[in-house]
Amino acid sequence: MTMMRKFYTGAAVLALGTSAAVAQEVEVLHWWTSGGEAAALNVLREDLAGGGVGWTDMPVAGGGGSDAMTVLRARVTAGDPPTAVQMLGFAIQNWAEEGALADLNALAEEQNWNEVVPEALQRFSTYEGNWVAAPVNVHSTNWVWANTALMEELGIEQPETWEDFVAAMETAQEAGYTPLAHGGQAWQDATIFDSVAMGAGGPEFYQAAFVDLDPEALGGAEMVEAFNRMETLRGFVDDNFSGRDWNLATAMVINGEALFQIMGDWAKGEFVNAGLTAGEEFQCFRVPGSEGTVTFNSDQFAMFNVEDESDQESQLAMASAVMSPEFQIAFNVVKGSAPARTDIDPSAFDACGQAAMADLAAAGENGTLFGSMAHGHANPPSVQNAMYDVITAHFNGEYDAETAAAEMVTAVELAQ
Amino acid sequence: MAATDPMLDSGADFRTRLQTWLPKIVLAPSFAIMVIFVYGFIAFTVYLSFTGSRMLPSFDLVGWQNYDRLFRIREWDIAVSNLFVFASLYIVISTIIGLTLAIFLDQKIRGEGILRPIFLYPMALSFIVTGTAWKWFLDPGIGIEHSMHLWGFENFEFDWIKDRDMAVYTIVIAAVWQSSGFVMAMFLAGLRGIDNEILKAAQMDGASNFQMYRRIILPQLRPAFLSAFVILSHLAIKSYDLVIALTGGGPGNATAMPATFMYSYTFTRDQMGIGAASAVIMLMTIAAIMVPYLYAELREKK
Repeated sequence: MTMMRKFYTGAAVLALGTSAAVAQEVEVLHWWTSGGEAAALNVLREDLAGGGVGWTDMPVAGGGGSDAMTVLRARVTAGDPPTAVQMLGFAIQNWAEEGALADLNALAEEQNWNEVVPEALQRFSTYEGNWVAAPVNVHSTNWVWANTALMEELGIEQPETWEDFVAAMETAQEAGYTPLAHGGQAWQDATIFDSVAMGAGGPEFYQAAFVDLDPEALGGAEMVEAFNRMETLRGFVDDNFSGRDWNLATAMVINGEALFQIMGDWAKGEFVNAGLTAGEEFQCFRVPGSEGTVTFNSDQFAMFNVEDESDQESQLAMASAVMSPEFQIAFNVVKGSAPARTDIDPSAFDACGQAAMADLAAAGENGTLFGSMAHGHANPPSVQNAMYDVITAHFNGEYDAETAAAEMVTAVELAQ
Repeated sequence: MAATDPMLDSGADFRTRLQTWLPKIVLAPSFAIMVIFVYGFIAFTVYLSFTGSRMLPSFDLVGWQNYDRLFRIREWDIAVSNLFVFASLYIVISTIIGLTLAIFLDQKIRGEGILRPIFLYPMALSFIVTGTAWKWFLDPGIGIEHSMHLWGFENFEFDWIKDRDMAVYTIVIAAVWQSSGFVMAMFLAGLRGIDNEILKAAQMDGASNFQMYRRIILPQLRPAFLSAFVILSHLAIKSYDLVIALTGGGPGNATAMPATFMYSYTFTRDQMGIGAASAVIMLMTIAAIMVPYLYAELREKK
């Protein structure tokens, strides 16, 4: 760490002849404004402050980052990009294609990023072989969150297959509980669909339909089956589900009103904040049918091309701090995600975190680590949102399964 | 007094010239800004709608492809038909309620000074506030339905906001609540502008109250009707914040509107070309309403 910083400061002094006393600053555009996320980000801020790099915070709340991206577009068009921007999947690739991102290769080489970051993740952090972003975490979306007390009360074992999963929810329904806590927003419907499609068609189908966008797969029998399963799940949500925010759905599981929730591992933060312990008061397991696979999304910090030498230095200091094992642990313990490096000691993490890390490493080895369609890591935003339209319309009863599969083909065709 | 002094003459001359030029000089900056930032950017949007722009503006022309795609996207059809339902109901209901309130307030009642601002007040709120408040009122879990259940009306049901087919009407309810008072104020001004002599003459001739309104007062309110229509129709076409706050375009995409469609395609889906095309269609719709109105207004002035 200090070696690194000396090296870069030295390089900058040589290059510019300026003194190292130049106030270094990073301006960071992000949408981590909720309690746990903001606390996690503070870890990074303090880390940088220790190295003499100031932090200009530029939070843009809301919209899962879409508002932040709108602000970013305006800034870049005006020729004034922030130093670092929180970014997801394809957005990084698009900005890299525009030539807007800085090259982090020297640092990546130095710190062996190629070795420690899973390949499926590098697909997003690199562009044409050059590192352009530093991955912060890996969230996986195919999790079920369950209320342990309720499972015991209803005599439900952890379901192993889709059929068991449905049977468990039927039991909950008969007992008068909400079987599946869910909020009817397009991205949440799609989050469920990620796992359901993986279960219905398997990894090859997932790859063909959502990554390769093969019309055969998009309109095929597996897709129809996936939509049929969505209809089954539709029968397990409460009447008042539409428009509900995800954390309120999580609260239903926490309060024992609902049995399960299918949601990415950011939901864990809600349980932890409510004072519950993973593996004790609440359970986490992979969505039945999708075991052995991990559908992920990853927050990264993309570094923009900045003119100023001292800014470039701060940028590298920040990228280096983001990739440091200390930060990866501190941040991800709070955030509920797994570190983006696979060489991290899992002892600091809770049961769900350790499971997530083990699954991630295994999926990385076996080639069953896939970018999540619902969270913009399988296809570009235009296609992703076109799929959202179909999934949401179907979930709200506008199509039957066959029509939905046919619409999927049309929607994807129009979006390309 | 003959002005023979050349100094004085040129001075006066300069002053008159200054007087004719001064308004133009003062207005020039704002005129220039408007030409660039309104008409210039309208032209830019039209241009973009013929390009293959995705995440950032690009300048490669692709002809009518964006328009072709736009009209094949199902969500656009939903948005347009929603706009049609919403705009017609919103304009008609707001006008009826506004007119009724104005006529009642015009009966020389006591407390008009208190009532008028009460009815007008919703207009002072932003559509975001209106949308959020009505979202809570209409939510079956916490709103009106829930309260009715607590008061013992177990069978009371009002879950339009969760119902795909009815959700668009909840937007009408909130929008009407917001705008009716404003329409009332316009009609009230119109009513106050009617000459009392005519009304007295009509009363002499034995016109009933109803006839008086039907034959004399309402026809004289024509300008107020027109203004109300123009203002309400453009509010309806550009309705974005209300929809986002109230339903977020849901359930599913049942309450998508052209404005939400445009924002989504331009800024979240990286399909700027299609977004621009939808914006141009919206502009054309507004123009189709405004141009005849402006034409009629300007012709009358001559």
